[in-house]
Amino acid sequence: MSTILNFSRREFVQGMFSAGAFVLCAQVVPTKLLAGSAVSSSTDPVAGTSFHPTIWLGIEPDGTVVIVASRSEMGSGSRTGVPIILADELEADWSRVRIAQAIGDAKYGGQDTDGSHSVRDLFEVMRQAGAAGRTMLEQAAAQHWNVPVTECEANFHTVVHKPSGRKLGYGELATAASKLPVPAKESLKFKPRSAWRYIGKETTLYDLHDVCTGKAGYGMDTRVEGMLYASIEHPPVLGGKVKSLDDKEALKVAGVKKVLTIEPFKPPHVFQPLGGVAVLADSTWAAFQGRQKLIVEWDNGPTAVYNSAGFRKELEATARQPGKVIRNVGDVDAEFAKGGKIVEAAYYTPHLAHVSMEPPVALADYRDGKVVAWAPTQNPQEVQQTGASVLGLKKEDVTCHVTLLGGGFGRKSKPDYVAEAALLSRAAGKPVKVVWSREDDIKFDYYHSVAALYMKAAVGADGMPTAWLQRSVFPPIASTFALNSTYGGADEMGLGWSDTPFAIPNLRAENGPATAHVRIGWFRSVANIYHAFAISSFVDELAHAAGRDPLDYMLALLGPDHILDRRLLPGNFGNYGASYEQYPIDTARLRRVAQLAAEKAGWGRRQMGKSEGMGIAMHRSFLTYVATVVRVEVDGQGKLRIRQVDTAVDAGTIVNRDTVLNQFEGAAVFGTSLALYGEITATGGVIDQSNFHDYQVCRINEAPEKVNVHIVESDAPPAGVGEPGVPPFAPALCNAIFAATGTRVRELPLSKTKLV
Amino acid sequence: MIKLKANGVDHSFYGDPETPLLWYLRDVLGLTGTKFGCGMALCGACTVHLNGEATRSCITPVKSAGGGDVLTIEGLGAHGLHPVQKAWMEINVPQCGYCQPGQIMQAAALLKTKPHPTDQDIDDAMSGNICRCGTYQRIRRAIKAAAQEVA
Repeated sequence: MSTILNFSRREFVQGMFSAGAFVLCAQVVPTKLLAGSAVSSSTDPVAGTSFHPTIWLGIEPDGTVVIVASRSEMGSGSRTGVPIILADELEADWSRVRIAQAIGDAKYGGQDTDGSHSVRDLFEVMRQAGAAGRTMLEQAAAQHWNVPVTECEANFHTVVHKPSGRKLGYGELATAASKLPVPAKESLKFKPRSAWRYIGKETTLYDLHDVCTGKAGYGMDTRVEGMLYASIEHPPVLGGKVKSLDDKEALKVAGVKKVLTIEPFKPPHVFQPLGGVAVLADSTWAAFQGRQKLIVEWDNGPTAVYNSAGFRKELEATARQPGKVIRNVGDVDAEFAKGGKIVEAAYYTPHLAHVSMEPPVALADYRDGKVVAWAPTQNPQEVQQTGASVLGLKKEDVTCHVTLLGGGFGRKSKPDYVAEAALLSRAAGKPVKVVWSREDDIKFDYYHSVAALYMKAAVGADGMPTAWLQRSVFPPIASTFALNSTYGGADEMGLGWSDTPFAIPNLRAENGPATAHVRIGWFRSVANIYHAFAISSFVDELAHAAGRDPLDYMLALLGPDHILDRRLLPGNFGNYGASYEQYPIDTARLRRVAQLAAEKAGWGRRQMGKSEGMGIAMHRSFLTYVATVVRVEVDGQGKLRIRQVDTAVDAGTIVNRDTVLNQFEGAAVFGTSLALYGEITATGGVIDQSNFHDYQVCRINEAPEKVNVHIVESDAPPAGVGEPGVPPFAPALCNAIFAATGTRVRELPLSKTKLV
Repeated sequence: MIKLKANGVDHSFYGDPETPLLWYLRDVLGLTGTKFGCGMALCGACTVHLNGEATRSCITPVKSAGGGDVLTIEGLGAHGLHPVQKAWMEINVPQCGYCQPGQIMQAAALLKTKPHPTDQDIDDAMSGNICRCGTYQRIRRAIKAAAQEVA
């Protein structure tokens, strides 16, 4: 690189405008690019504005409203959806709002953008900030006109004096408003729901134009002066170490500057770098090329014995043994012992990789005992934490700027790749950008867990279960954080297992132990995927065994509409971190989405061809109620075609309608990927898959031909949107396959069958 | 030395002629709108137009673009948004958006040869472009909307 704008570090830290010049993006486009990019650059984006009543809001004299986005944008729309709540309550004109991306800072509360809780966590916070700003602007106008404040009303970026019709813009009022005391939270008055301008309507994504013109700033796109690019050869087996290294040929590659060894992690791995050998060069390509010339001999360590095929047998055997009781209602064993009709089934779902389109990437600059990082991260405070612990610094000495994320799906809440960049920057004495290849991404993921599940029911004369046993076995996410963790935590159990909503007099949920041999982590909708697959498939099996319509049967299992008694759930049931009083399990809401999806799909009414079938599944996750009907057809070549998907959603109060539609449309495709193809396997501890040819995801020609999303209008408090569309998809699809073909699918992916 | 045009601007490249066009565009010319997704022409995130044809820049060595005309997402709408970009915005196609420059470049190339693509044409042209967020339904709709405008 030749010409670099010479901005000093001090100017960089000072403000978000000058900072733009430090982070270089496209040289062909001048520095103004950065104002529109998601690269945050100031430690407090509103502190410099004329009027900043809270940490979330600033107003400039020209009327520009700056709203802080504290959660990451990875495609789920939170960078737009959360700020519009504030804009609405402020009575701001959205076209005059600038979003400023927050750095990682505990003052914003939690910033982890996962668990589908950004809107839920921040709904009231944003409304309070907006109401405080609006109230102060009204007060400032009242003082200016010397009239009672009750005669002044904020309306679309101006305050109006109602009796006289006089108006003052927000920009004109900013300085005066800044001299007023910030009203107490308790004194704030909120707009009535009927006056909401943006909430519940459609607002296009803030970054839409930049995305479509190539100007959006992702982690992959950040560049700073004098930086090196790094590509890392990780130990092929988890926990492996470098035995010997010959880097002579690598160092001969043009552009390669250094080869550095990264120490292996100390177990448990948590978010520590995996270790390995890094090639640092003056371009990404040179780093990739240099890495290919490394000759490394590895000590693979004990995990080298791991074979996923054998492991599957272990899991399935464990699933046939009594496990740890997670929830118990009545006496399942006594009912089984009565000698009535028993139905059993076992299900299996493999490990999955996230494969966000942007592989893990991060830029870090270590200088004088401090780190500044730019990363596509779901959790900038975790970047601070991990960076600090890996480098032996204080958390405050790690600054994390958040770029746009080219997808996350849970992978980018684990900042191992950011810690790698920080370590390498310290060792190299220069800013370093670590770029993972797709192969690195697939071979060294924090995988969605493999699971074996066993279901058993005693069935009465009416075909309904009198006893129900469900057992789930999977290496838990806890294994990433603590050695010898083999049982699912209360959090994972609460993801569609301990919260089974059925009114069955005898019901027991169990969990069996499993040892992790790869890094396990959160993946869009997490344990709900395999739990919903087993439960909703088994419901369909029982319905067919009883000769009943699967929809009717499923609704009958819910019993009369009721709120599930909290006492029937385990004491440690987490309810996604929400209060049970505010967000109880309401079977009426489940019933409603099931009926809506079925009605829209033409369930029971539509004339079906010989090789056509419909399947249904319903599932509550992330406090949202979802039901999905999938209609499939097996074509003349015996191949599966997904003709239509109808998903009904009750997510309580929704903020950005089009985002909700897009998320659930996307969830059907995400579900198609995992149902058709998703499978990570290992041989000798080494992951077998490497890129999109052997770890396939759904493409446009295989995607459901039509996805209809039906939103239930609701005044209930807001719930999750990003994840809950995923869990019911695979079981609804497999139930449809049964309806079309009579063949029951009990394991994923479908690429193992002749249908795909 | 290899000469090529990128978005109408002349450039001379002095590096390893085997360097993929993608990394020349991104790391040297700073045209970061073109994305790295797989490095094996499996995902389409790196799609640019080379002499008017959709090309996977991640496996195209700079030497084979010598004397050529490269158009990237930054250049596509440089003189007013392309109908495909407009349609993408009207229909709110993107979620994370990372794959979308590649999708847009691929779709723009499709409409040049097939101004009225059928669903099958769209499948054939677009199945090399992965969107992990799953915006395919909107991509299809946007291509049809752009076709209306082009026509």
